[in-house]
Amino acid sequence: MENIIIEVKELNTYFDESHILKDVYLDIPRNAVTSLIGPSGCGKSTFLRTLNRMNDVIPTFKKEGTILLDGKEIYDPDVDVVDLRKRVGMVFQKPNPFPKSIFENVAYGLRVHGNNDKKDLERRVEASLKEAALWDEVKDKLDDSAMGLSGGQQQRLCIARTIAVEPEVILMDEPCSALDPISTTKIEDLIHKLKNEFTIIIVTHNMQQATRVSKYTAFFLHGEIVEKGLTDKIFIEPEDKRTEDYITGRFG
Amino acid sequence: MARNWEEFLVEKVLLLAAISSIIIILLIIGFVIQQGLPAMEQVGPLNFIFGMDWSPSYDIYGVFPMIVGSLGMMALALIFAVPLSIFGAIFLAEVAPKTMRRILKPTIQTLAGIPSVIYGFFGLIVLVPFMRIHFGGSGFSMLTASIILTVMVLPTILSISEDALRSIPLEYKEASLALGATHWQTIKNVIFPAALPGIVTGIILGMGRAIGETMAVIMVAGNTPIIPGSILEPARALTSNIALEMGYALGLHYNALFATGIVLLMMIIVLLVVTNYINYKRKVTVGGGYL
Repeated sequence: MENIIIEVKELNTYFDESHILKDVYLDIPRNAVTSLIGPSGCGKSTFLRTLNRMNDVIPTFKKEGTILLDGKEIYDPDVDVVDLRKRVGMVFQKPNPFPKSIFENVAYGLRVHGNNDKKDLERRVEASLKEAALWDEVKDKLDDSAMGLSGGQQQRLCIARTIAVEPEVILMDEPCSALDPISTTKIEDLIHKLKNEFTIIIVTHNMQQATRVSKYTAFFLHGEIVEKGLTDKIFIEPEDKRTEDYITGRFG
Repeated sequence: MARNWEEFLVEKVLLLAAISSIIIILLIIGFVIQQGLPAMEQVGPLNFIFGMDWSPSYDIYGVFPMIVGSLGMMALALIFAVPLSIFGAIFLAEVAPKTMRRILKPTIQTLAGIPSVIYGFFGLIVLVPFMRIHFGGSGFSMLTASIILTVMVLPTILSISEDALRSIPLEYKEASLALGATHWQTIKNVIFPAALPGIVTGIILGMGRAIGETMAVIMVAGNTPIIPGSILEPARALTSNIALEMGYALGLHYNALFATGIVLLMMIIVLLVVTNYINYKRKVTVGGGYL
């Protein structure tokens, strides 16, 4: 087994009285892509948002169990959420660039962390846009509004914005569900490129996408992990009947 | 056929409803101009607008002191009200717990519905003596009027700003937080700039209310038709000028009051055009990077 970056043990989460995640155990290997699959409402997005504590803003959210990032519990009182989110970045389902220029979108994360050196910002913005395979398309219009980009470009901009702050883990919540097939291919190529440098956890409804991009897969159903392991193994010879039914399209 | 007639009729009725208020406003403006122009002509438009002396008994009509009074009270009121309302709006939209917001918001909106004479009466009984004791003079002053105006425009600016802040998509906020920004950084760099056009709209409406307010201002401003030497001296607003003298004005004096109305209308139109223009430019360049 490879080096583990995130260790989830006996995780249970609740919104008010409703029990969302039930006794979830999952190890996330470093510098690899892990897919989370499962029907809508199975808790995979909640799981993802638990990893960077985005659920904290919901007052009724409650969490039990352990989530270790490099061996350190991320819900410990002495953990600074701001630092955590710097280490664990997130790309959302709908491309959500800020209503600012392309440059400012990428520079935003660096600025809020206190970087105001113009030269350094320019260098990092360029590097991030190149890494996100967007540079060639936007290098002549960095001061234009990000809202003028196509959906696929906006999503790559959001990825560039996320990698600019140099996280260790990138959480992706169905990043291609609002995109056309060509843009989807570009994002998937990008994921392939990024996995050498980042740990990527991706929620997807697209079975083919899971097989294309990820080395590991976890199948969620009704808030529980039914099956987890190597993607190839899960998709070729699943152990659980429910996994087989889901990946062959019998429900969900 | 009958159905077609019905469609036709409904459309026309809706059209009539939509344009009736515009027609009424145009009629009022037309009447004010028609009644006011003779005075403008007789006194001379420049003499009327920039004249420093308002002495109806000598047929001398210059409204410049009132222009200064109106603009001064409005500006002071905005200086107090804008920061207060924006911080209040940010608190309500972003910080306040749900139950607190549910109590505060309607309370603030109720403030907007209190008749202005009540504010004026409060000012007269409480604020004027307070100012007299602590700042000297009669207590009737431009500052006193501005404080009352502040309380009156606060609910307008605050509740519109709060709506603007809350209408910003949650996606922006989440994106910012996910990048490791603090709540305050998110408010300052993302939510507030995105809500700015709406906030400016609120300020314009507050401005309109401040410059158009009559009753409360008359009751506390002192109303001397001369340019005040300081904000602690009495001043007269354009609106007060009309309300104070219309009861007994005859002939040229009567026309001069309508001419005051023309000046007031022009000022409001200029302010609206300028602020709308700023707002419009802001909207267009909103993605152009303003950090």
